[in-house]
Amino acid sequence: MHMAQTLTINGETKSFNAPPEMPLLWVLRDILGMTGTKFGCGIAQCGACTVHVDGKAVRSCVLPVSAVENRAVTTIEAVGDTPSGAKVQKAWLDLEVIQCGYCQSGQIMAAAALLAETSHPDDSDIDAAMAGNICRCGTYVRIREAIKQAANGRQS
Amino acid sequence: MIADNSLQAVSRRTLLTGGLAAGFVLAFHLPLRAAVNEPEQPKDATDGKFAPNAFIRIDETGRTVLIMPQVEMGQGIYTSISMILAEELDADWAEVAVLHAPPNDQFYANPVFGLQATGGSTSIRAWWEPLRAAGASARAMLVQAAAAQWQVEPASCTTSKGEVMHTASGRSLSYGALALAAVEQSPPKDVPLKDPKDFVYIGQPLKRLDTPDKVNGKAVYGIDAILPGMKFATVAACPVFGGKVGKVDDSAAVKVAGVRKVVVLDDMVAVIGDHMWAAKKGLEALKIEWNKGPHAELTTRDIWQDLRAASEKDGVVAKSVGDIATGLASGDKFEASFELPFLAHASMEPINATVHVRPDACEIWTGTQIMTRVQSEAAKAAGLPVDKVIINNHLLGGGFGRKLEPDMVIAAVKIAKQVDYPVKVVWTREEDIQHDVYRPIYRDQVTASLVDGKVAAWKYKVAGSAVIARWLPSAFEKGIDIDAVDAAVETPYDFPNFHVEYVRAEPPAVPTGFWRGVGPNNNVFAVECAMDELARKAGKDPVEFRRSMLTKSPRALAVLNLAAEKSGWGQPLPPRVGRGICVQP
Repeated sequence: MHMAQTLTINGETKSFNAPPEMPLLWVLRDILGMTGTKFGCGIAQCGACTVHVDGKAVRSCVLPVSAVENRAVTTIEAVGDTPSGAKVQKAWLDLEVIQCGYCQSGQIMAAAALLAETSHPDDSDIDAAMAGNICRCGTYVRIREAIKQAANGRQS
Repeated sequence: MIADNSLQAVSRRTLLTGGLAAGFVLAFHLPLRAAVNEPEQPKDATDGKFAPNAFIRIDETGRTVLIMPQVEMGQGIYTSISMILAEELDADWAEVAVLHAPPNDQFYANPVFGLQATGGSTSIRAWWEPLRAAGASARAMLVQAAAAQWQVEPASCTTSKGEVMHTASGRSLSYGALALAAVEQSPPKDVPLKDPKDFVYIGQPLKRLDTPDKVNGKAVYGIDAILPGMKFATVAACPVFGGKVGKVDDSAAVKVAGVRKVVVLDDMVAVIGDHMWAAKKGLEALKIEWNKGPHAELTTRDIWQDLRAASEKDGVVAKSVGDIATGLASGDKFEASFELPFLAHASMEPINATVHVRPDACEIWTGTQIMTRVQSEAAKAAGLPVDKVIINNHLLGGGFGRKLEPDMVIAAVKIAKQVDYPVKVVWTREEDIQHDVYRPIYRDQVTASLVDGKVAAWKYKVAGSAVIARWLPSAFEKGIDIDAVDAAVETPYDFPNFHVEYVRAEPPAVPTGFWRGVGPNNNVFAVECAMDELARKAGKDPVEFRRSMLTKSPRALAVLNLAAEKSGWGQPLPPRVGRGICVQP
C-alpha cells in the first residue's frame, strides 16, 4: 500500500506517497524527478545509483525508502555543497575523467564518501571504496588519479 | 564497416590508413555541398538568428549554438565538432552552446553512411571537411555584413573570437551585433579554409563541453526524460528468440499498487505503472505462458556446431596476393582456429525510450545512434507518416553499437499506442542483456607456413554474421561483409602469399549487430594470437618476429618499437604479472 512518507533530501524536506519497500532510487527518479541518480542494474552490482545516507555511500536501488526516514540523504545534485564533494567534482573536471558519464554520479558519490572518511586514501583504500562502481567506458585509471588529486588539493 | 554513396566499399581500417583515400574523399564530398549551401533550413526556430546553414545559429547577443550531426555517447564528439565549426567560424569559444540535431538525413546524414548514424569511428573523418566549410561560409557572411556596413572590402577585414575587425580604421563589430545583417548575405562560393598553422582551437586540449553537467546530475540522458502525466513501464520479452506471448494472467498484477495497465504485444508483455517500482512489481506478479516457437530447444552447442560446419566450407575470396597454394606447400605448416562468443553491449544506461502517441503525432525521447532510422521505424510502428514522428535525442549512457538498432523504440511505440499519456519504457538490466543484438560469434581459421623464421604464406578465413547485409544492404557486395573482414584484409605485415576468405554464417535465431571496435575486435584478436603462436613456432621473440615483417608499415613498426620500449620488453616481471604485445593498424 502507498503511504505518506517524509524524507530529508539535500537538506530539504520532501513528502510523497510510496510503498514503504520501494527503493529510494525510484522515489528520487520517478516521484521526485531527481534524475541525477542513475538506474544501472537494480541489484546493487554496478554502483550507478549511489547516494549518501548520513554521509555514507549506499546503493539506492536496493534501499527501501522506509529505511531512510529521519536520516539525511544527499544526492549528486547537492554533493557539490559538501567539501569532499566539491573537491571531487573539481578534480573530475580538471582531469577530464568522464566519457559517457552515466556511471559518474555514482563514482563521484562513492569517491566523495571515501574522502570524507579518509582524507588521504592509498590505492587499497581506493580499491575498497570504488570496487563496486562499474564504468563501461573504462575511466578507472583517471578516477584513481582524480581521487588522489582531490585528496591532495593539487591544481591542474 | 563503411560504404560511400557510390557503393564502393571502404573499410574502417582503410579509411584510417588512407589506402582508398580517393574513394573516401568522393564519399564525403557529395552531401557536403548539399548540407552547407542548401537554402532550406531544418524546422527548429531560426527567427531572429543568423542561421547560415544546418549547423550554426548566432543570435543578437552573440550566443553561438552549434547543431550536432553526430551523437555524444562519451567519445567527446560534441566538443570535437564544436571545435571544428568554431575554428573556421572564428567563434568565441565562451559563447558556444551545443544542440542535438533533429532527424534529417538531408542535412545531418553521416557522409560515410549516407544516413544520420554515429558509429564505426567515422565522425571526425566524415565531418572534418563539411564542418570546416560550414564554419568558413558563415564567417564569410559575417565579414560581408560588416564590410557592407563599413563600406570597405571584405578582404580588408579579419575575424577573431566572435568579432569582425577592420584594423585600418580601428573598427570592430561582434558577431551578435552583425547577426541580423548577416541574414541578408548570400553564402559565398568556394570559401577558402584556414591554413592549419593558423588554427586556434583545433589541436588545443580544450575542456569538454558535455562534462560540467555530468558531475552534478544535470546531464539529461534518454532515460531521464520527464513529461507531465508520464507513466513508467518495464517489459518481459519472450526468453526464446522468435517466440511469442501465449497466455497472460494479469489478475494479480493489476492489483499491485500503482499498476495502471498491462500491455500484451506479440513477443513481449509490458506493465505500466506510476513508477518503475510499480511496473517491476506488476511484471513479477504476471503469469506469462510463452509459445517458445521453433528455437525452443536450440542450444549453444547447436549454434557452435552450425558455425563450425559452415566455416569448413570455402568462403568468398576477399583478398588474394601471390600464390597461396604454392606458398602453403613449402615450409613449416601452422594451423589454428579461434572462436569468439556472442557479446552483449551492456551499456550502463539500460535501453529505454519515452513515447507519447497522440492522435496526430508520435513524440519520442531517447538516446539513439540512428536518428532517422528510429524515426522511420517509429512511424511504421505508430501507423503515422514519418513527418508526424518527432524525435528528441539525448546524451547516450554508452552506445557501443547497441543504439544503432531501433528495436527498443519500436517496442516503446507499440506500448505507448495503447494509452493516451506519455510512457517511459525502461528495460531492466536482465531484459537488456537477454534481449541484446549481440556481437556475432565468429570462427577464424589461420593456415600459414614459416620459411626462414618468417611467414611465407598466410591464409585466413573468417566465418560469422554479415551484419552489414542487414544494416546497410547497399554496402554488402559480392558476398563480402566489409566489416567482418576488416583488419583481416589489411594486416600491416609483409606476407608474400596472402589470402583471405569470408563465409557468411548467420546463427539460428540470435540477432547480431555491430559492437564496439566492430570487425577488428574479432580479427585483430585472431591474427595477433596466430602471430604469437607463429613466433613461438619459429623460436623467435614476439616483438622481433613482428618487427621482421613490418618493413612496409613504417608507422606500425614505430608504434611497435615504442610500445616495446615503454613496456620494458624483455625485462623481468614480478610474479603473477604477464606481458604481451599486439599490433593493430
